[in-house]
Amino acid sequence: MSEDAARLAAEAAARRSYGRLVAYLAARTRDIAAAEDALADAFQAALTAWPAGGVPDSPEAWLLTTARRRLLDGWRHARVRDAAADTLRLIGDEFADDEAIDAFPDERLKLMFVCAHPAIAPAARAPLMLQTVLGLDAARIAAAFLVAPATLGQRLVRAKSRIREAGIAFEVPPPAQWRERLDDVLEAVYAAYGSGWDDVAGTDPRRRGLAAEALSLARLLTQLLPDEPEPLGLLALLAFCQSRAAARRDAAGDYVPLDRQDPARWDHALRQEAEAALLRAAPMRRLGAYQLEAALQSAHTQRALGAPVAPAAIVALYDGLVALHPSLGARVGRAVALAAAQGPVVALAALDAIATDDLAVVAAYQPYWAARADVLVRDGRVAEARGAYERALGLSEDEAVRRFLLQRLRSLP
Amino acid sequence: MDYMLMFYESADDQACQNDERAGPYWAGWMAYIGAMQQAGLMKAGEGLQPPAMATTLRGAGSRRQVQDGPYADTKEQLGGFVVLDLPSLDAALDWAARAPCAANGAVEVRPVMPPPPGLPG
Repeated sequence: MSEDAARLAAEAAARRSYGRLVAYLAARTRDIAAAEDALADAFQAALTAWPAGGVPDSPEAWLLTTARRRLLDGWRHARVRDAAADTLRLIGDEFADDEAIDAFPDERLKLMFVCAHPAIAPAARAPLMLQTVLGLDAARIAAAFLVAPATLGQRLVRAKSRIREAGIAFEVPPPAQWRERLDDVLEAVYAAYGSGWDDVAGTDPRRRGLAAEALSLARLLTQLLPDEPEPLGLLALLAFCQSRAAARRDAAGDYVPLDRQDPARWDHALRQEAEAALLRAAPMRRLGAYQLEAALQSAHTQRALGAPVAPAAIVALYDGLVALHPSLGARVGRAVALAAAQGPVVALAALDAIATDDLAVVAAYQPYWAARADVLVRDGRVAEARGAYERALGLSEDEAVRRFLLQRLRSLP
Repeated sequence: MDYMLMFYESADDQACQNDERAGPYWAGWMAYIGAMQQAGLMKAGEGLQPPAMATTLRGAGSRRQVQDGPYADTKEQLGGFVVLDLPSLDAALDWAARAPCAANGAVEVRPVMPPPPGLPG
């Protein structure tokens, strides 16, 4: 067998099972970094062994056995005699080399709970999950999260040693902590997608370029926790946002806001996946912030497809959302919904209240200024609208969005 | 902590200053600078005339050279800078990403050096 074929087989195994293999090894040793290193060694060994001996029937079992031996060798070398080494030795011959991946317990849910554990710094949680569950490389994560690669590397190393040293358990949390811990997991998955989804004006480009990865984490969660409604809400939310991604640019590369998008350019399979997830969550009768966000996305989508949606119904959804999770995006969205339902004066009062509460954050939050400018135009306050559009323009990261806001600015009387 | 953001522009972006794209070009930069000022972060900042206007003095032991043009002739050229008072490098990178030159050029972010120890601050 050729080296190319061996490499392809190893890559396919990595795509299929990287997270499951890391989770399986780490759940037994609580040492994620050692599990990743051992697995990397195993992949390297496969590139030497497979061209000569052929790809084994179950590449995953081969990789797991090899990685486990590496771990044991490492410990023997360091003369570690701890419980983890004993456990690993015990489970050593649990699986034969020809067993399929389905024979191993799937520990990815435990791994996700560990990555989003309260003892881990919030900024490290999503990157840690992307690296350990999906095997994404650190350079790509650093670019998507707009942090210095060295900073991200330190955060990941610190998080992994904290898990090992604090002895954070690989377990599905007990009922008493369930809700809070699940919220942390969902938040980390959402953070992998980006922070732009809650922007009704749609001009905040903070989508991280990891949309497909975030969606697969959300899908994985709904498979591992089929009876929980909020993972379904999160999946619906991300799928709705992503279904419209292509329609946000026209042929010239210019930015197109939702109300002027061509629904023919939406990804309708993804949109239907979103609607279906939301429908599956509904009978569970436990409403949460992600389901509400997804319901809002559904309403915006329906309206763009020509269905009449009462403005007051949108305000009611935002009221629920702000009560559950008063994020800046939700509060700005509510103010925009108020403009449609009750007029610009009420909406401006709501926007003023947000700025009073949190001036420093608002000063760097582009969607606030884009929304404020639109509402001021509706109220005929052109001079103030101009100032707000300029703030939004100055806070934009995206060339196409800058062009779009500049056009708005120029169309003012 | 103070961070300097140095804005490096591609030659094409810099050409916008004087051709038919000047309107949107300046509007973008003025809005960006304005957003930093209104957020109360800006401690200093200037735009620079194009690299063709530069004169570089170079030392070579006892001899010295004066030549027209910038110190390093690179694809992107320094077009200006700001100094911002920010809590972290992460925040500095957030602001760097908003610079109009971030799409086709580069933004270098560097912490400003504190006064050396022992010197009156």
